[in-house]
Amino acid sequence: MSSKQQLQARATRGLQLDPNLVTRVLEGFVRDEIGKFGINRAVVALSGGIDSALSCTLAVRALGSDSVLAVLMPYRTSNPASRGDAETLVRQLNITSVLIDISPAVDGITDQLNDKPSDLRRGNVMARTRMTALYDQSESFGGLVVGTSNKTELLLGYGTQHGDMASAVNPIGDLYKTQVRALSKALNVPEEILEKAPSADLWEGQSDEDELGFDYELADRMLYLLIDEQFTADDLISDGYDSAIVNNVLHRIETSQFKRRLPVIAKLSHRTIDRDFRYPRDWGR
Amino acid sequence: MKNIRLAIAQIGPSLGDLERNLDLHLEYVQRACDEDADVVMFPEQSLTGYFLSDLVTEVAVPRDDDRLNPLREASMEIDIVVGFIEETADHRFVPAAGYLHKGGWKHIHHKIYLVTYGLFDEARDLAAGSTVRAFTTPIGRQAMLICEDLWHPSTASIAASDGADIIYGLSSSPGRGISGGTPELGSSETWHTLNRMYAQLHVCFVAHCNRVGYEDGINFWGGSEVIGPDGESLIRAPDFEEALVVATLNDSMLRRQRTRLPLRRDENVALNGREFTRISSERHRLDVE
Repeated sequence: MSSKQQLQARATRGLQLDPNLVTRVLEGFVRDEIGKFGINRAVVALSGGIDSALSCTLAVRALGSDSVLAVLMPYRTSNPASRGDAETLVRQLNITSVLIDISPAVDGITDQLNDKPSDLRRGNVMARTRMTALYDQSESFGGLVVGTSNKTELLLGYGTQHGDMASAVNPIGDLYKTQVRALSKALNVPEEILEKAPSADLWEGQSDEDELGFDYELADRMLYLLIDEQFTADDLISDGYDSAIVNNVLHRIETSQFKRRLPVIAKLSHRTIDRDFRYPRDWGR
Repeated sequence: MKNIRLAIAQIGPSLGDLERNLDLHLEYVQRACDEDADVVMFPEQSLTGYFLSDLVTEVAVPRDDDRLNPLREASMEIDIVVGFIEETADHRFVPAAGYLHKGGWKHIHHKIYLVTYGLFDEARDLAAGSTVRAFTTPIGRQAMLICEDLWHPSTASIAASDGADIIYGLSSSPGRGISGGTPELGSSETWHTLNRMYAQLHVCFVAHCNRVGYEDGINFWGGSEVIGPDGESLIRAPDFEEALVVATLNDSMLRRQRTRLPLRRDENVALNGREFTRISSERHRLDVE
Protein backbone atom coordinates (compact mmCIF):
# COMPACT_ATOMS: atom_id res chain seq x y z
CA MET A 1 0.00 0.00 0.00
CA SER A 2 1.41 3.40 -0.92
CA SER A 3 1.54 6.12 1.70
CA LYS A 4 -1.16 7.96 -0.21
CA GLN A 5 -3.53 5.08 0.25
CA GLN A 6 -2.56 4.94 3.90
CA LEU A 7 -3.52 8.55 4.54
CA GLN A 8 -6.62 8.12 2.42
CA ALA A 9 -7.66 5.07 4.41
CA ARG A 10 -6.87 6.85 7.64
CA ALA A 11 -9.09 9.79 6.71
CA THR A 12 -11.92 7.58 5.50
CA ARG A 13 -11.86 5.57 8.71
CA GLY A 14 -11.42 8.67 10.84
CA LEU A 15 -14.56 10.25 9.43
CA GLN A 16 -16.72 7.19 10.09
CA LEU A 17 -19.01 7.45 13.09
CA ASP A 18 -21.39 5.29 15.05
CA PRO A 19 -24.76 7.07 14.79
CA ASN A 20 -26.11 5.67 18.08
CA LEU A 21 -23.10 6.81 20.07
CA VAL A 22 -22.94 10.27 18.52
CA THR A 23 -26.70 10.80 18.78
CA ARG A 24 -26.60 9.89 22.44
CA VAL A 25 -23.83 12.38 23.20
CA LEU A 26 -25.48 15.15 21.18
CA GLU A 27 -28.99 14.62 22.55
CA GLY A 28 -27.58 14.75 26.06
CA PHE A 29 -25.64 17.86 25.13
CA VAL A 30 -28.76 19.73 23.94
CA ARG A 31 -30.84 18.64 26.93
CA ASP A 32 -28.14 19.39 29.49
CA GLU A 33 -26.67 22.62 28.15
CA ILE A 34 -30.13 24.14 27.67
CA GLY A 35 -31.71 22.56 30.75
CA LYS A 36 -29.12 23.78 33.21
CA PHE A 37 -30.27 27.32 32.45
CA GLY A 38 -33.75 26.40 33.65
CA ILE A 39 -35.05 26.23 30.08
CA ASN A 40 -36.35 23.21 28.19
CA ARG A 41 -37.18 24.74 24.81
CA ALA A 42 -35.26 25.53 21.65
CA VAL A 43 -35.62 27.50 18.43
CA VAL A 44 -33.92 26.44 15.21
CA ALA A 45 -33.61 28.32 11.91
CA LEU A 46 -34.67 25.80 9.26
CA SER A 47 -33.26 26.59 5.80
CA GLY A 48 -34.28 23.38 4.09
CA GLY A 49 -30.63 22.27 4.12
CA ILE A 50 -29.06 19.31 5.83
CA ASP A 51 -27.24 21.09 8.68
CA SER A 52 -30.31 22.79 10.13
CA ALA A 53 -32.34 19.61 9.52
CA LEU A 54 -29.91 17.65 11.67
CA SER A 55 -29.72 20.27 14.44
CA CYS A 56 -33.51 20.46 14.52
CA THR A 57 -33.87 16.66 14.59
CA LEU A 58 -31.40 16.44 17.50
CA ALA A 59 -33.25 19.21 19.37
CA VAL A 60 -36.58 17.39 18.95
CA ARG A 61 -35.06 14.10 20.11
CA ALA A 62 -33.58 15.86 23.14
CA LEU A 63 -36.50 18.07 24.17
CA GLY A 64 -39.62 16.68 22.49
CA SER A 65 -41.64 18.02 19.58
CA ASP A 66 -43.69 20.42 21.74
CA SER A 67 -40.54 22.16 22.88
CA VAL A 68 -38.93 23.03 19.55
CA LEU A 69 -39.92 25.91 17.27
CA ALA A 70 -38.73 25.88 13.66
CA VAL A 71 -38.22 29.32 12.15
CA LEU A 72 -38.38 29.53 8.34
CA MET A 73 -36.94 32.78 6.98
CA PRO A 74 -36.91 32.88 3.19
CA TYR A 75 -35.80 35.87 1.12
CA ARG A 76 -37.66 36.57 -2.11
CA THR A 77 -34.84 35.04 -4.23
CA SER A 78 -34.57 31.90 -2.07
CA ASN A 79 -35.27 28.68 -3.90
CA PRO A 80 -38.96 27.81 -3.21
CA ALA A 81 -37.91 24.15 -2.96
CA SER A 82 -35.89 25.02 0.16
CA ARG A 83 -39.03 26.16 1.95
CA GLY A 84 -40.85 23.04 0.79
CA ASP A 85 -38.09 20.81 2.16
CA ALA A 86 -38.11 22.64 5.48
CA GLU A 87 -41.89 22.19 5.69
CA THR A 88 -41.52 18.47 4.96
CA LEU A 89 -39.21 18.19 7.94
CA VAL A 90 -41.55 20.25 10.14
CA ARG A 91 -44.37 17.80 9.32
CA GLN A 92 -42.16 14.77 9.87
CA LEU A 93 -40.99 16.01 13.27
CA ASN A 94 -44.49 17.20 14.17
CA ILE A 95 -43.24 20.57 15.41
CA THR A 96 -44.58 24.10 15.27
CA SER A 97 -43.07 26.47 12.74
CA VAL A 98 -43.23 30.15 12.04
CA LEU A 99 -42.63 31.76 8.65
CA ILE A 100 -40.91 35.14 8.53
CA ASP A 101 -40.25 36.67 5.12
CA ILE A 102 -37.03 38.64 5.55
CA SER A 103 -37.33 40.41 2.16
CA PRO A 104 -38.74 43.73 3.45
CA ALA A 105 -36.15 43.96 6.21
CA VAL A 106 -33.23 43.09 3.92
CA ASP A 107 -34.45 45.36 1.11
CA GLY A 108 -35.04 48.09 3.67
CA ILE A 109 -31.30 48.11 4.28
CA THR A 110 -29.96 47.45 0.80
CA ASP A 111 -32.38 49.79 -1.05
CA GLN A 112 -31.01 52.77 0.84
CA LEU A 113 -27.46 52.18 -0.37
CA ASN A 114 -25.92 54.39 -3.03
CA ASP A 115 -23.83 51.56 -4.45
CA LYS A 116 -25.05 48.15 -5.55
CA PRO A 117 -23.97 45.68 -2.87
CA SER A 118 -22.14 42.55 -4.00
CA ASP A 119 -23.72 39.12 -3.60
CA LEU A 120 -21.46 38.58 -0.62
CA ARG A 121 -22.66 41.74 1.11
CA ARG A 122 -26.30 40.95 0.36
CA GLY A 123 -25.77 37.44 1.67
CA ASN A 124 -24.31 38.79 4.91
CA VAL A 125 -27.23 41.19 5.38
CA MET A 126 -29.64 38.28 4.88
CA ALA A 127 -27.77 36.06 7.37
CA ARG A 128 -27.72 38.81 10.00
CA THR A 129 -31.36 39.68 9.42
CA ARG A 130 -32.25 36.03 10.00
CA MET A 131 -30.22 36.10 13.20
CA THR A 132 -32.22 39.12 14.42
CA ALA A 133 -35.55 37.46 13.67
CA LEU A 134 -34.39 34.17 15.18
CA TYR A 135 -33.26 35.73 18.46
CA ASP A 136 -36.58 37.56 18.65
CA GLN A 137 -38.34 34.18 18.34
CA SER A 138 -35.99 32.82 20.99
CA GLU A 139 -37.34 35.43 23.40
CA SER A 140 -41.01 34.99 22.53
CA PHE A 141 -40.93 31.17 22.47
CA GLY A 142 -38.71 30.97 25.54
CA GLY A 143 -36.17 28.69 23.90
CA LEU A 144 -32.45 28.90 23.29
CA VAL A 145 -31.09 29.15 19.74
CA VAL A 146 -29.64 25.84 18.56
CA GLY A 147 -26.80 26.40 16.10
CA THR A 148 -26.48 24.87 12.65
CA SER A 149 -22.82 25.44 11.71
CA ASN A 150 -20.77 22.30 11.03
CA LYS A 151 -17.03 21.84 11.60
CA THR A 152 -16.15 22.07 7.91
CA GLU A 153 -17.73 25.47 7.38
CA LEU A 154 -16.55 26.76 10.76
CA LEU A 155 -12.96 25.85 9.87
CA LEU A 156 -13.17 27.22 6.34
CA GLY A 157 -14.84 30.41 7.57
CA TYR A 158 -17.76 29.68 5.26
CA GLY A 159 -20.37 31.45 7.35
CA THR A 160 -21.42 34.92 8.45
CA GLN A 161 -20.14 36.11 11.80
CA HIS A 162 -23.08 37.22 13.99
CA GLY A 163 -25.32 35.75 11.30
CA ASP A 164 -25.78 32.02 10.71
CA MET A 165 -22.80 31.42 13.04
CA ALA A 166 -24.70 32.86 16.01
CA SER A 167 -26.27 30.46 18.50
CA ALA A 168 -26.49 29.57 22.18
CA VAL A 169 -25.63 25.89 21.81
CA ASN A 170 -24.34 24.09 18.74
CA PRO A 171 -24.64 20.31 18.65
CA ILE A 172 -23.07 19.84 15.19
CA GLY A 173 -20.02 22.14 15.33
CA ASP A 174 -17.61 19.23 15.85
CA LEU A 175 -19.01 17.18 12.96
CA TYR A 176 -17.60 17.51 9.46
CA LYS A 177 -20.05 17.93 6.58
CA THR A 178 -19.77 14.30 5.48
CA GLN A 179 -20.39 13.22 9.08
CA VAL A 180 -23.46 15.48 9.17
CA ARG A 181 -24.70 13.60 6.10
CA ALA A 182 -24.07 10.19 7.65
CA LEU A 183 -25.78 11.08 10.90
CA SER A 184 -28.72 12.78 9.13
CA LYS A 185 -29.27 9.65 7.06
CA ALA A 186 -29.25 7.49 10.18
CA LEU A 187 -31.78 9.82 11.85
CA ASN A 188 -34.17 9.65 8.87
CA VAL A 189 -33.82 13.20 7.61
CA PRO A 190 -36.02 13.34 4.46
CA GLU A 191 -34.40 12.01 1.30
CA GLU A 192 -34.80 15.27 -0.65
CA ILE A 193 -32.77 17.11 1.98
CA LEU A 194 -30.07 14.41 2.03
CA GLU A 195 -29.72 14.32 -1.73
CA LYS A 196 -29.55 17.94 -2.83
CA ALA A 197 -26.33 19.87 -3.45
CA PRO A 198 -25.29 21.95 -0.43
CA SER A 199 -26.11 25.63 -0.85
CA ALA A 200 -26.21 28.69 1.39
CA ASP A 201 -29.19 29.68 -0.81
CA LEU A 202 -28.26 33.35 -0.59
CA TRP A 203 -28.71 33.85 -4.33
CA GLU A 204 -30.13 31.79 -7.14
CA GLY A 205 -28.14 28.73 -8.14
CA GLN A 206 -25.51 29.21 -5.43
CA SER A 207 -23.51 26.08 -4.67
CA ASP A 208 -21.13 25.73 -1.71
CA GLU A 209 -18.81 23.41 -3.58
CA ASP A 210 -18.59 25.65 -6.69
CA GLU A 211 -17.82 28.63 -4.50
CA LEU A 212 -15.20 26.84 -2.42
CA GLY A 213 -13.55 25.26 -5.46
CA PHE A 214 -13.49 21.75 -4.02
CA ASP A 215 -16.06 19.26 -2.83
CA TYR A 216 -16.87 18.50 0.80
CA GLU A 217 -15.62 14.90 0.62
CA LEU A 218 -12.16 16.13 -0.28
CA ALA A 219 -12.28 19.08 2.13
CA ASP A 220 -13.29 16.84 5.02
CA ARG A 221 -10.51 14.34 4.38
CA MET A 222 -7.94 17.12 4.26
CA LEU A 223 -9.35 18.89 7.32
CA TYR A 224 -9.51 15.65 9.28
CA LEU A 225 -5.86 14.89 8.52
CA LEU A 226 -4.68 18.46 9.19
CA ILE A 227 -6.76 19.28 12.24
CA ASP A 228 -7.65 16.05 13.99
CA GLU A 229 -4.57 14.00 13.12
CA GLN A 230 -2.17 16.98 12.97
CA PHE A 231 -0.46 15.95 9.73
CA THR A 232 1.33 18.85 8.01
CA ALA A 233 0.53 20.37 4.63
CA ASP A 234 3.75 18.78 3.33
CA ASP A 235 2.55 15.36 4.52
CA LEU A 236 -0.62 15.80 2.49
CA ILE A 237 1.09 17.21 -0.59
CA SER A 238 3.74 14.49 -0.70
CA ASP A 239 0.89 12.02 -0.51
CA GLY A 240 -0.59 13.40 -3.67
CA TYR A 241 -3.11 15.96 -2.43
CA ASP A 242 -3.19 18.96 -4.78
CA SER A 243 -0.90 21.60 -3.27
CA ALA A 244 -3.08 24.48 -4.50
CA ILE A 245 -6.13 23.04 -2.74
CA VAL A 246 -4.22 22.20 0.45
CA ASN A 247 -2.85 25.74 0.59
CA ASN A 248 -6.26 27.19 -0.18
CA VAL A 249 -7.75 25.25 2.74
CA LEU A 250 -4.96 26.34 5.10
CA HIS A 251 -5.34 29.93 3.98
CA ARG A 252 -9.08 29.83 4.65
CA ILE A 253 -8.56 28.39 8.14
CA GLU A 254 -5.98 31.02 9.05
CA THR A 255 -7.77 34.05 7.63
CA SER A 256 -11.11 33.11 9.24
CA GLN A 257 -9.70 32.54 12.73
CA PHE A 258 -11.16 35.85 13.92
CA LYS A 259 -14.67 34.58 13.20
CA ARG A 260 -14.23 31.75 15.66
CA ARG A 261 -13.22 34.01 18.54
CA LEU A 262 -14.89 36.67 20.62
CA PRO A 263 -13.95 40.26 19.69
CA VAL A 264 -10.53 41.16 21.06
CA ILE A 265 -10.60 43.44 24.06
CA ALA A 266 -7.87 46.00 24.60
CA LYS A 267 -6.16 44.99 27.81
CA LEU A 268 -5.81 47.64 30.49
CA SER A 269 -6.57 46.11 33.87
CA HIS A 270 -5.09 43.11 35.68
CA ARG A 271 -8.20 41.07 34.94
CA THR A 272 -9.62 41.29 31.46
CA ILE A 273 -12.65 39.31 30.33
CA ASP A 274 -11.66 35.95 28.77
CA ARG A 275 -7.95 36.68 29.18
CA ASP A 276 -7.38 36.46 32.91
CA PHE A 277 -11.02 36.59 34.05
CA ARG A 278 -11.65 32.96 33.21
CA TYR A 279 -14.96 31.59 34.42
CA PRO A 280 -16.66 28.69 32.66
CA ARG A 281 -19.95 29.31 30.86
CA ASP A 282 -21.63 26.69 33.08
CA TRP A 283 -20.56 28.50 36.28
CA GLY A 284 -22.68 27.21 39.18
CA ARG A 285 -24.91 25.06 36.95
CA MET B 1 -7.89 -8.03 52.72
CA LYS B 2 -11.44 -8.28 54.08
CA ASN B 3 -14.22 -9.19 51.73
CA ILE B 4 -16.12 -6.01 50.97
CA ARG B 5 -18.99 -4.53 49.04
CA LEU B 6 -17.78 -1.51 47.08
CA ALA B 7 -20.30 1.03 45.79
CA ILE B 8 -19.39 3.25 42.86
CA ALA B 9 -21.29 6.56 42.89
CA GLN B 10 -21.20 7.67 39.27
CA ILE B 11 -22.55 11.19 39.73
CA GLY B 12 -22.72 14.36 37.64
CA PRO B 13 -21.62 17.19 39.94
CA SER B 14 -22.62 20.82 39.36
CA LEU B 15 -19.80 23.11 38.32
CA GLY B 16 -18.63 25.25 41.23
CA ASP B 17 -21.54 24.50 43.60
CA LEU B 18 -20.09 22.85 46.69
CA GLU B 19 -23.34 22.91 48.65
CA ARG B 20 -25.45 21.25 45.96
CA ASN B 21 -22.74 18.66 45.36
CA LEU B 22 -22.50 17.88 49.06
CA ASP B 23 -26.24 17.14 49.12
CA LEU B 24 -25.79 14.86 46.11
CA HIS B 25 -22.98 13.03 47.92
CA LEU B 26 -25.11 12.49 51.01
CA GLU B 27 -27.92 11.10 48.85
CA TYR B 28 -25.56 8.58 47.23
CA VAL B 29 -23.91 7.72 50.55
CA GLN B 30 -27.36 6.85 51.88
CA ARG B 31 -28.10 4.72 48.82
CA ALA B 32 -24.77 2.91 49.29
CA CYS B 33 -25.63 2.26 52.96
CA ASP B 34 -29.00 0.87 51.85
CA GLU B 35 -27.05 -1.54 49.62
CA ASP B 36 -24.95 -2.66 52.61
CA ALA B 37 -21.78 -1.34 51.02
CA ASP B 38 -18.59 -1.02 53.07
CA VAL B 39 -17.09 1.70 50.89
CA VAL B 40 -18.65 4.26 48.56
CA MET B 41 -16.44 5.88 45.96
CA PHE B 42 -16.97 9.18 44.11
CA PRO B 43 -15.19 10.55 41.02
CA GLU B 44 -12.43 13.17 40.66
CA GLN B 45 -13.44 16.64 41.94
CA SER B 46 -16.82 15.18 42.86
CA LEU B 47 -17.48 18.03 45.31
CA THR B 48 -16.58 20.82 42.90
CA GLY B 49 -17.02 19.90 39.25
CA TYR B 50 -14.08 19.76 36.86
CA PHE B 51 -13.39 22.65 34.43
CA LEU B 52 -13.15 25.28 37.16
CA SER B 53 -10.58 27.81 35.91
CA ASP B 54 -11.03 30.88 38.14
CA LEU B 55 -13.58 29.04 40.29
CA VAL B 56 -10.78 26.95 41.85
CA THR B 57 -10.13 29.35 44.70
CA GLU B 58 -13.84 29.66 45.44
CA VAL B 59 -14.55 25.94 45.83
CA ALA B 60 -11.28 24.75 47.40
CA VAL B 61 -11.53 23.74 51.06
CA PRO B 62 -8.98 23.08 53.81
CA ARG B 63 -9.08 19.43 54.85
CA ASP B 64 -10.55 20.37 58.27
CA ASP B 65 -13.29 22.63 56.81
CA ASP B 66 -16.55 22.47 58.76
CA ARG B 67 -18.56 22.30 55.55
CA LEU B 68 -17.34 18.72 55.16
CA ASN B 69 -18.75 17.70 58.56
CA PRO B 70 -21.87 16.01 57.12
CA LEU B 71 -19.57 13.74 55.06
CA ARG B 72 -17.37 13.07 58.11
CA GLU B 73 -20.47 12.11 60.07
CA ALA B 74 -21.68 9.86 57.26
CA SER B 75 -18.31 8.10 57.31
CA MET B 76 -19.15 6.72 60.76
CA GLU B 77 -21.41 4.31 58.84
CA ILE B 78 -19.47 3.73 55.64
CA ASP B 79 -16.01 4.54 54.26
CA ILE B 80 -16.09 7.30 51.65
CA VAL B 81 -13.65 8.04 48.82
CA VAL B 82 -14.28 11.59 47.66
CA GLY B 83 -12.73 14.04 45.17
CA PHE B 84 -12.19 17.72 45.97
CA ILE B 85 -9.76 20.63 45.75
CA GLU B 86 -7.76 21.02 48.94
CA GLU B 87 -6.46 24.42 49.94
CA THR B 88 -3.28 23.77 51.89
CA ALA B 89 -2.17 25.84 54.88
CA ASP B 90 0.22 27.75 52.59
CA HIS B 91 -2.62 28.40 50.07
CA ARG B 92 -1.81 26.00 47.31
CA PHE B 93 -4.84 24.52 45.57
CA VAL B 94 -4.36 20.80 45.03
CA PRO B 95 -6.68 18.24 43.38
CA ALA B 96 -7.25 15.68 46.12
CA ALA B 97 -8.76 12.26 46.72
CA GLY B 98 -9.67 11.72 50.35
CA TYR B 99 -10.55 8.52 52.23
CA LEU B 100 -12.94 9.14 55.12
CA HIS B 101 -13.24 6.47 57.80
CA LYS B 102 -15.04 6.68 61.16
CA GLY B 103 -15.32 10.44 61.05
CA GLY B 104 -11.84 11.41 59.87
CA TRP B 105 -9.40 11.35 56.97
CA LYS B 106 -7.54 8.09 56.79
CA HIS B 107 -5.52 9.33 53.84
CA ILE B 108 -5.46 12.17 51.31
CA HIS B 109 -3.78 11.75 47.94
CA HIS B 110 -2.77 14.80 45.93
CA LYS B 111 -2.85 14.41 42.16
CA ILE B 112 0.73 13.99 40.95
CA TYR B 113 0.32 14.56 37.24
CA LEU B 114 -1.60 17.72 36.43
CA VAL B 115 -2.84 17.43 32.88
CA THR B 116 -1.91 20.48 30.83
CA TYR B 117 -2.29 19.70 27.15
CA GLY B 118 -5.09 19.33 24.63
CA LEU B 119 -8.32 20.49 26.26
CA PHE B 120 -6.78 20.49 29.76
CA ASP B 121 -5.15 23.37 31.62
CA GLU B 122 -4.71 22.10 35.18
CA ALA B 123 -1.22 23.42 35.91
CA ARG B 124 -2.53 26.93 35.22
CA ASP B 125 -4.70 26.83 38.33
CA LEU B 126 -3.57 23.94 40.49
CA ALA B 127 -0.57 22.63 42.42
CA ALA B 128 0.68 19.06 42.09
CA GLY B 129 1.16 16.42 44.76
CA SER B 130 4.49 14.79 45.52
CA THR B 131 3.83 11.39 47.09
CA VAL B 132 2.15 8.11 46.20
CA ARG B 133 1.33 6.01 49.24
CA ALA B 134 -0.80 3.03 50.05
CA PHE B 135 -2.62 3.22 53.38
CA THR B 136 -4.19 0.71 55.72
CA THR B 137 -7.76 0.60 57.00
CA PRO B 138 -9.60 -2.29 58.69
CA ILE B 139 -10.45 -3.43 55.15
CA GLY B 140 -6.82 -3.81 54.19
CA ARG B 141 -4.21 -1.97 52.18
CA GLN B 142 -5.46 0.46 49.54
CA ALA B 143 -4.30 3.39 47.40
CA MET B 144 -5.95 6.28 45.56
CA LEU B 145 -4.84 7.82 42.27
CA ILE B 146 -6.46 10.58 40.25
CA CYS B 147 -7.12 10.36 36.51
CA GLU B 148 -3.92 11.53 34.76
CA ASP B 149 -1.88 9.79 37.47
CA LEU B 150 -2.97 6.54 35.83
CA TRP B 151 -1.61 7.62 32.44
CA HIS B 152 1.81 7.24 34.09
CA PRO B 153 2.23 3.53 34.83
CA SER B 154 4.80 4.32 37.52
CA THR B 155 2.14 5.61 39.95
CA ALA B 156 0.18 2.35 39.89
CA SER B 157 3.48 0.43 40.21
CA ILE B 158 4.37 2.41 43.32
CA ALA B 159 0.89 1.90 44.80
CA ALA B 160 1.04 -1.84 44.13
CA SER B 161 4.62 -2.13 45.40
CA ASP B 162 3.44 -0.37 48.55
CA GLY B 163 1.00 -3.22 49.03
CA ALA B 164 -2.31 -1.85 47.75
CA ASP B 165 -4.86 -4.60 47.18
CA ILE B 166 -7.35 -2.07 45.86
CA ILE B 167 -6.37 0.86 43.65
CA TYR B 168 -9.08 3.53 43.45
CA GLY B 169 -8.89 5.64 40.30
CA LEU B 170 -10.99 8.80 40.45
CA SER B 171 -11.68 10.41 37.07
CA SER B 172 -13.39 13.26 35.29
CA SER B 173 -12.65 11.90 31.85
CA PRO B 174 -14.04 13.94 28.94
CA GLY B 175 -15.64 11.78 26.25
CA ARG B 176 -13.92 12.15 22.89
CA GLY B 177 -12.83 10.15 19.90
CA ILE B 178 -15.60 8.93 17.60
CA SER B 179 -13.35 7.80 14.72
CA GLY B 180 -13.78 4.52 12.99
CA GLY B 181 -17.48 4.12 13.66
CA THR B 182 -16.86 2.14 16.84
CA PRO B 183 -19.77 2.07 19.30
CA GLU B 184 -17.54 3.22 22.17
CA LEU B 185 -15.77 6.55 22.65
CA GLY B 186 -11.99 6.46 22.25
CA SER B 187 -11.50 7.67 25.83
CA SER B 188 -13.75 4.91 27.16
CA GLU B 189 -11.90 2.18 25.24
CA THR B 190 -8.53 3.42 26.46
CA TRP B 191 -9.61 3.59 30.09
CA HIS B 192 -10.97 0.07 29.97
CA THR B 193 -7.62 -1.12 28.64
CA LEU B 194 -5.69 0.78 31.33
CA ASN B 195 -7.87 -0.47 34.19
CA ARG B 196 -7.64 -4.04 33.02
CA MET B 197 -3.89 -3.82 32.50
CA TYR B 198 -3.24 -2.46 35.99
CA ALA B 199 -5.47 -5.06 37.62
CA GLN B 200 -3.82 -7.93 35.78
CA LEU B 201 -0.19 -6.81 36.01
CA HIS B 202 -0.38 -5.71 39.64
CA VAL B 203 -2.75 -8.58 40.52
CA CYS B 204 -5.10 -6.35 42.50
CA PHE B 205 -8.56 -4.81 42.31
CA VAL B 206 -8.91 -1.62 40.29
CA ALA B 207 -11.97 0.55 40.93
CA HIS B 208 -12.41 3.32 38.39
CA CYS B 209 -15.11 5.91 39.08
CA ASN B 210 -15.71 8.36 36.25
CA ARG B 211 -18.29 11.12 36.38
CA VAL B 212 -21.12 11.91 33.97
CA GLY B 213 -22.75 15.14 32.78
CA TYR B 214 -21.63 18.07 30.64
CA GLU B 215 -19.52 21.15 31.35
CA ASP B 216 -19.25 23.87 28.71
CA GLY B 217 -20.20 21.39 26.00
CA ILE B 218 -17.77 18.68 27.11
CA ASN B 219 -19.34 15.34 28.02
CA PHE B 220 -18.13 12.98 30.72
CA TRP B 221 -18.95 9.42 29.74
CA GLY B 222 -19.23 7.52 33.02
CA GLY B 223 -18.71 3.80 32.37
CA SER B 224 -17.19 3.31 35.83
CA GLU B 225 -16.00 -0.20 36.56
CA VAL B 226 -14.38 -2.53 39.02
CA ILE B 227 -11.87 -5.00 37.62
CA GLY B 228 -10.75 -8.11 39.47
CA PRO B 229 -7.14 -9.30 39.71
CA ASP B 230 -7.70 -11.70 36.79
CA GLY B 231 -8.73 -8.81 34.53
CA GLU B 232 -12.41 -9.68 34.57
CA SER B 233 -14.90 -6.86 34.99
CA LEU B 234 -16.83 -7.32 38.25
CA ILE B 235 -19.27 -4.51 37.56
CA ARG B 236 -19.66 -1.75 35.01
CA ALA B 237 -21.91 1.28 35.37
CA PRO B 238 -23.86 2.51 32.34
CA ASP B 239 -22.36 5.11 30.01
CA PHE B 240 -23.53 8.75 30.34
CA GLU B 241 -26.04 8.17 33.18
CA GLU B 242 -25.84 8.76 36.90
CA ALA B 243 -25.82 5.43 38.72
CA LEU B 244 -24.88 3.60 41.87
CA VAL B 245 -23.44 0.15 41.24
CA VAL B 246 -22.07 -2.31 43.78
CA ALA B 247 -19.38 -4.95 43.40
CA THR B 248 -18.29 -7.63 45.83
CA LEU B 249 -14.53 -7.90 46.27
CA ASN B 250 -13.36 -11.16 47.83
CA ASP B 251 -9.91 -11.91 49.17
CA SER B 252 -10.20 -15.37 47.61
CA MET B 253 -9.98 -13.70 44.18
CA LEU B 254 -6.62 -12.21 45.14
CA ARG B 255 -5.38 -15.50 46.57
CA ARG B 256 -6.38 -17.53 43.54
CA GLN B 257 -4.87 -15.14 41.02
CA ARG B 258 -1.68 -14.51 43.00
CA THR B 259 -1.24 -18.27 43.21
CA ARG B 260 -1.65 -18.67 39.47
CA LEU B 261 0.32 -15.58 38.53
CA PRO B 262 2.74 -14.53 41.30
CA LEU B 263 3.80 -11.32 39.57
CA ARG B 264 3.56 -9.25 42.70
CA ARG B 265 5.69 -11.70 44.68
CA ASP B 266 8.36 -11.56 42.01
CA GLU B 267 8.38 -7.79 41.49
CA ASN B 268 11.92 -6.58 42.23
CA VAL B 269 11.20 -3.43 44.18
CA ALA B 270 14.82 -3.02 45.28
CA LEU B 271 16.00 -3.13 41.67
CA ASN B 272 13.37 -0.58 40.64
CA GLY B 273 14.49 1.69 43.43
CA ARG B 274 18.19 1.40 42.53
CA GLU B 275 17.69 1.90 38.84
CA PHE B 276 15.27 4.84 39.16
CA THR B 277 17.66 6.50 41.60
CA ARG B 278 20.52 6.03 39.14
CA ILE B 279 18.46 7.30 36.18
CA SER B 280 17.23 10.26 38.15
CA SER B 281 20.75 11.31 39.16
CA GLU B 282 22.12 10.76 35.64
CA ARG B 283 19.32 12.84 34.16
CA HIS B 284 20.06 15.54 36.66
CA ARG B 285 23.72 15.42 35.65
CA LEU B 286 22.82 15.60 31.95
CA ASP B 287 20.52 18.58 32.63
CA VAL B 288 23.30 20.59 34.26
CA GLU B 289 26.06 19.62 31.82
